[in-house]
Amino acid sequence: MFEVFRTIVRRDLTLAVRRRSDVFTTLFFFIIVVSLFPLGIGPEMNTLRLIAPGVVWVAALLASMLALERLFSVDFEDGTLEQMLLTPQPVTLLVLGKVTAHWLVTGLPLVLMAPLLGLQYDLSTEALGVLLLSLLLGTPALSLIGAIGAALTLGLRGGGVLVSLLVLPLCIPVLIFGAGAVEANVSGLGEQGHLSMLGAILLLSLVLAPVATAAALRISAE
Amino acid sequence: MLEIADLECVRGDRRLFSGLTFSLKPGELLHLHGHNGSGKTTLMRAICGLIQPTAGKVRWKGESIRQLGEEFSRDLVYIGHKNGIKDDLNGVENLRIGCVLEGVSITDRQAWEALEQMGLRGHEDLPTRVLSQGQKRRVAMARLLVNRAQLWILDEPFTALDLAAVDFLQSVIRSHVEDGGMVILTTHQEVSLTRGQVKQLQLGWKEDGNV
Repeated sequence: MFEVFRTIVRRDLTLAVRRRSDVFTTLFFFIIVVSLFPLGIGPEMNTLRLIAPGVVWVAALLASMLALERLFSVDFEDGTLEQMLLTPQPVTLLVLGKVTAHWLVTGLPLVLMAPLLGLQYDLSTEALGVLLLSLLLGTPALSLIGAIGAALTLGLRGGGVLVSLLVLPLCIPVLIFGAGAVEANVSGLGEQGHLSMLGAILLLSLVLAPVATAAALRISAE
Repeated sequence: MLEIADLECVRGDRRLFSGLTFSLKPGELLHLHGHNGSGKTTLMRAICGLIQPTAGKVRWKGESIRQLGEEFSRDLVYIGHKNGIKDDLNGVENLRIGCVLEGVSITDRQAWEALEQMGLRGHEDLPTRVLSQGQKRRVAMARLLVNRAQLWILDEPFTALDLAAVDFLQSVIRSHVEDGGMVILTTHQEVSLTRGQVKQLQLGWKEDGNV
């Protein structure tokens, strides 16, 4: 079972390495959006510090939306998805493998880049740590929830817009608690509560999202 | 044994076939006939379980494939119009990943040998993106050489293949049937497999399908 999971992850990572441009699109989008705000707003430290959590989190959310469309569509087009559905493996396991690889490729670089970008907003080292941690807990949840939308809109024209419409409402709690954690730390309230909520959302989506995605894939493959 | 009972499929608002009943025993080959759009692919996908039929049942060894689920997948190989191979991976990688997912373990060596038998010597480690249509089809068909599934469902297996490959594939299919396997295939080409001792099924919208 673990062998299958590992094979899927390794397969998708190999494919990502051979198609690097797709990977960098998401990361560059994130970097550009986050870097443009300080330039547009001007060097007002207090304002920047105030908007930092929200800006970084909104950018992370949009970047992960941007990457979603390709999660299943490429496999759908060349018929490998159909083959995966016909293997004697639980579809939820395949979904989990694909989402894991997807997060490693599109989510993890954002998480690692965020503290560096946060410097532009004059965040304290501690706040940067909380930002990193909140993204580390939040972005996998975004990928998992997004996978449901990506699976549902498979093979539809203009699927990209539809995915955003379907998935964004579900992602809002992640945004609120993610940005909230950093804000709470900056204002000295303590970030524990928010991070616990993020952890809970991640666990919940880890259990439920693959099941929903598997069901959606079966419908879309018809 | 594969049993199709009273199967009906509707695509869009057109009924492709209804009341379709037949069975396939080990050592039998079923050749599906029918003009374009008569529902051959739909029938094959319904047998695989990729499409939920509007009515009727597909049974494998006496049990509904819905209940069997992954058990049934273990006994099945389906190769459709799409080759189901990744363009950015080479033949060996494609074959090996496919095998792990199917729960068959093969060594690197076996994968190389299978591809070589399919006439891809010297192309095994090229990304399939650079191969021709026929060569891609050969990579897809190499799965048949390493798989031990009993039921093969092949949708137009001979398209894009040259004569030598068609001959080879026919011999592979023939020996599978002789070893007690079951094959369902469609082809518009007249090949020796599709004549003689095989079951024929004609699909069409005028009459309901029957064996």
